[in-house]
Amino acid sequence: MNKKILMTGNEAVGEAAISAGCRFYAGYPITPQNELTAYMAKRMLEEKGVFIQSESELAAINMVFGSSAVGKRAMTSSSSPGISLKQEGISYLAGCELPAVIVNVMRGGPGLGNIAPSQADYFQSTRGGGHGDYRTIALAPAYVQEAAGLTQLAFDLADKYRNPALVVMDGLLGQMMEPVEKTQFTDYKPKLVKKPWALTGAKGRRPNIIRSLLLKQGALEEFNERLCEKYKAIENTQTRYEKFLTDDAEIVIVAYGLTSRIARHAVKALRKKNKKIGLIRPITIWPFPRKAMHDCAKKATKAFLVVEMSCGQMVEDVRLAVNGKRPVYFYGRSGGGVPTNEAIEQEILKIIKGL
Amino acid sequence: MVLGRIIAEAAMSLGKNVTWMPSYGAEVRGGTAYSMVVISDDEIASPVVDNADFFIIMNAPSFDKFKKTAVKGSAIILNSSLAETNEKIKGIKIIKIPATEIAISLGKAMVANTVMFGCFARLSGLIDKEKVMKLLKDALAQKQHLFEINKNAFSEGYDFIPANRQNHRLPGLCPVSNPTHGPRGGRIK
Repeated sequence: MNKKILMTGNEAVGEAAISAGCRFYAGYPITPQNELTAYMAKRMLEEKGVFIQSESELAAINMVFGSSAVGKRAMTSSSSPGISLKQEGISYLAGCELPAVIVNVMRGGPGLGNIAPSQADYFQSTRGGGHGDYRTIALAPAYVQEAAGLTQLAFDLADKYRNPALVVMDGLLGQMMEPVEKTQFTDYKPKLVKKPWALTGAKGRRPNIIRSLLLKQGALEEFNERLCEKYKAIENTQTRYEKFLTDDAEIVIVAYGLTSRIARHAVKALRKKNKKIGLIRPITIWPFPRKAMHDCAKKATKAFLVVEMSCGQMVEDVRLAVNGKRPVYFYGRSGGGVPTNEAIEQEILKIIKGL
Repeated sequence: MVLGRIIAEAAMSLGKNVTWMPSYGAEVRGGTAYSMVVISDDEIASPVVDNADFFIIMNAPSFDKFKKTAVKGSAIILNSSLAETNEKIKGIKIIKIPATEIAISLGKAMVANTVMFGCFARLSGLIDKEKVMKLLKDALAQKQHLFEINKNAFSEGYDFIPANRQNHRLPGLCPVSNPTHGPRGGRIK
């Protein structure tokens, strides 16, 4: 009885962080991720962790920096405009090779935009976001239960690679409630690693230094090359995606997050009409599952359709993946619009006509 | 909003797939607050509801706003205590129930939504009375006085619909718990 709990995406992320051993959260309120901050305020008190409603997003990310530097699992969250403010901190985290989890419940932009759901922070999430030669692992859940699972994974990967990891979801997923199996939290064992680099007081050992300023001739280049190797390793081993009916698909839809669920619905409806359509759902938007698309292009797939809640930011990655071998079309809604499965079906039928 | 969550919880207890989505716009006092619930035996794509099968409408501003989105075959359960109307809409069933008055007569205007829930449960055939009683008992285990009044409120709403009018079943939804899919997005390895 009661094996499932009805939770919002925001709450699921919060509970997942607790289950991952995160005992430091700092954040500043912003819609549509407020439930996460509120949840952490309550749960951190119960777990004797630290919750800070900071004076700004900049303060929050730098508090996370401090907590991470002493070897603790730490998280902050915000929505698009707030995530922009955190970029300096994220760049410093990457530059100091510090693990941290940053949750972005995306809303419409640019600027303050609106508070409606959006996926328009794709570029920001997958291209580094701040200044300098770095990458952030970016996990994009499509279901509330998956939001919990990917948050747990984000902590494990951040620790493993000593790199910031983002959990990126749209406002709908943050706000909506869906059943989550309790075992998601109770059965999960965090993959804790030793952190000999942490600033824990230098008793009996040489002091550790955590800094991103490398002025010595050649030092930064050497460091950047090492980072680059790390990112290659992440690309080789941590790319995640889901394929749905792609083996014989003539057109493959590429969609992530909540949009992928709507696309999946459209695929099912089109299959009933004997149209050979499939879906690739990137679970990691960085590293991007290029091989999945490349493999489809080598087989039956004649064209790709990217569906997003943006003006087509992921299109670039899909085009790079298929490298000119197949046309890549786009359908999307922006500024708070949510695509419908009917509209996606229409778009596919148009492409079929033109093939 | 609360009623939507109760319905979502009830559907979840029956093993259905379900999503609940609140309105989170810049709502103001006197405006309309609402939530959208999707219940399905199949996977649910989007939690956004464009054309609902059922509307449970508590007041006049909400009626004015949402009647426009009703489509042929929709049913509107209307709290006639706070939304008086003689309006008829072609192809749409409007069930009027003075939920707030019933709730006040039971001693608490707040339970008007439970009256509406009873009405919806009977009309949709989604969940039977015994199951709801068990859910209410679990949810209000610490608050016995609230259980009593909610139990009565549910019954009033439930019995408001004569058994022979229980004919607006949710389309495509089998009343017996038999989901074809569990919630997606399981553990990540």
